Amino acid sequence: MATATATAPGPRVRARRWFAGFASRETWAAFAFLSPWLFGFVVFTAGPMIASLILSFTDYSVIQTTHNVGWDNYNRLVHDPKVTTAMKTTLIYTAMVVPAHVVFSLGLAMVLARVGRAAGFFRTAFYLPVMTPAVAVGVLYLLMFNGDYGLINAGLHFFGIHGPYWTTDPNWVKPSLVIMHLWKVGASVVILLAALMAVPTYLYEASAMDGASKWRRFRDVTLPMISPAIFFIVIINTIAALQTFDEVYTAFFNASTPYGTDASLFYVIYLFQEAFVNFHMGYASALAWGLFLVIAVITAIQVIGSRRFVYYEGNKR
Amino acid sequence: MTAPQGPLTATGEGVGLPVPPIPPAVPPAGRWYQFPSAAGVVGRTAYLALLTFLTAIFIYPFLWAVSASLKPREEVFDNRLIPKHWHPSNYLDIFRGIPDIATGVPFGRWFFNSIYIGILAALTVTISSAIVAFAFAYFRFPLRNFFFGCVLATMMLPGAVTMIPVYLIWNKLHLTGTQYPLWASNLFASAFYVFLLRQFFLGIPRELFEAARMDGDNYWTMFWRIAMPLAKPALIVTAVFEFKSSWTDLIKPLIYLRDDNQFTIPRGLYNLLGVLGPSAGGHGDYQIVIAGTVLATLPMIVIFFLGQRYFIEGIATQGRKG
Repeated sequence: MATATATAPGPRVRARRWFAGFASRETWAAFAFLSPWLFGFVVFTAGPMIASLILSFTDYSVIQTTHNVGWDNYNRLVHDPKVTTAMKTTLIYTAMVVPAHVVFSLGLAMVLARVGRAAGFFRTAFYLPVMTPAVAVGVLYLLMFNGDYGLINAGLHFFGIHGPYWTTDPNWVKPSLVIMHLWKVGASVVILLAALMAVPTYLYEASAMDGASKWRRFRDVTLPMISPAIFFIVIINTIAALQTFDEVYTAFFNASTPYGTDASLFYVIYLFQEAFVNFHMGYASALAWGLFLVIAVITAIQVIGSRRFVYYEGNKR
Repeated sequence: MTAPQGPLTATGEGVGLPVPPIPPAVPPAGRWYQFPSAAGVVGRTAYLALLTFLTAIFIYPFLWAVSASLKPREEVFDNRLIPKHWHPSNYLDIFRGIPDIATGVPFGRWFFNSIYIGILAALTVTISSAIVAFAFAYFRFPLRNFFFGCVLATMMLPGAVTMIPVYLIWNKLHLTGTQYPLWASNLFASAFYVFLLRQFFLGIPRELFEAARMDGDNYWTMFWRIAMPLAKPALIVTAVFEFKSSWTDLIKPLIYLRDDNQFTIPRGLYNLLGVLGPSAGGHGDYQIVIAGTVLATLPMIVIFFLGQRYFIEGIATQGRKG
């Protein structure tokens, strides 16, 4: 950059070149290649974003005539006890599941990192649950966590522990969902394992020579070096946890228990019911935007907070 | 396991051009831990025990499910690994239906639907995303960075926000209640795969394309004849990932499908679980649901073993962008 200062074109020249770009054949070819995405982006992403914002100020319901209702939907949202319950459930679950996910998957990855060559087999074993359809996970969860006959309680009984009614006791629904989720950490294990293996050995050798204990080496070498991977996992899983739907909906909101329980009413489940069961599309759009804002704020906090902890090799990216 | 240089690196070797190998993105990996030599035996044994225990935890639910799917109704919950009475006809029941509750469950139909929709979804998204990714990787054009920023932003966008308007679009087109909404939007590329394939195309040396231009290739034949064959590993990653996500998807089939002849497996199982439950008038024939669950999971496991390398690479790539 700095070396080109002598011949760097001025802003007007640059602007002219930029516009001239539109005349070139290559640009038109590029836009032709780009067109599927451009169309999809406008029709299935950007357009719907704006549309749902507009809808959230109406009482749109597919069948009846639509009116503008101003801020009514958002007003209702704030005072809807179900929204409060669902949001609370979702946030508590997220606060529980994300740290558990990171610690557990990091632990597994570190165990695997020691194996060396045979890691492939174990990695496969840990990854298989990720391939299991969410509905299957929901079914298995319901049966294995059953308070009377389930496998989990049978296992606990073996150790003399009287297991709780995981799926029906409101206090135990979220912890049991967290445990079920931990079964599906395989993808994070693969990511962290790759990150761990990429830490250069000489860093460990150097710190060992300086007399660093194992814990110091973990804290001051391993953690900073894999912090980008951890950060990625935190962000992705927070966004996913805030949108929890499939497994919980399968287990708690099927035809035998259509209304579920408050303890299992997650935000997206409520949104789904409002939109596609009750057809309150306007209100559901407001719910969707509420969720979008919550996710945006939480992600922003994480990104800002991460600056102190995430280490990118070389420079800031 | 060394990180990225595996199948996801493109060189011009296959085309007979002398291209220097791309240096690995990370320094050569090493084991950062050595088994202690003296007090090793105890530590090593404890360590192997831990590993075995963890693996058992992860595998056991599969074994439990397979075993439960082979038991008669009364014994599903006895938690034996080897069934006391074998009842493999559960697997026939799920195709035949269960007398007086779920008669004529079209499970075979669901299976076919899932395969057919999964293949369409994977095929369309792979080709369209490759085209778009090639635009980002090869061409220089105004607004490129802005558009690519949009792609990255889309990856972070929660699906719940666009769910309702997208439904309304399909509704306007009178296509709700059909299977088109489950795959047709894949014709227009998908952000994550565009990102993944772009990374890959960027690794192909530009000289290859310039040589092809000299030989009279136009942009399209260059893409189709040079870029696509070289990108085969990344294309397979894309296809298997999308097939998996289509196969396991529940929310779209819930929104769009009404007639149970159109259901995919997850949608059908969801119904079956509800219908067979005691409070909906069923007898709690969970052995049938579990048999269905096993049948829904099995193809995924087969696919994983066939394409294991690609899955692991794809996942690891996902992490590296972080």
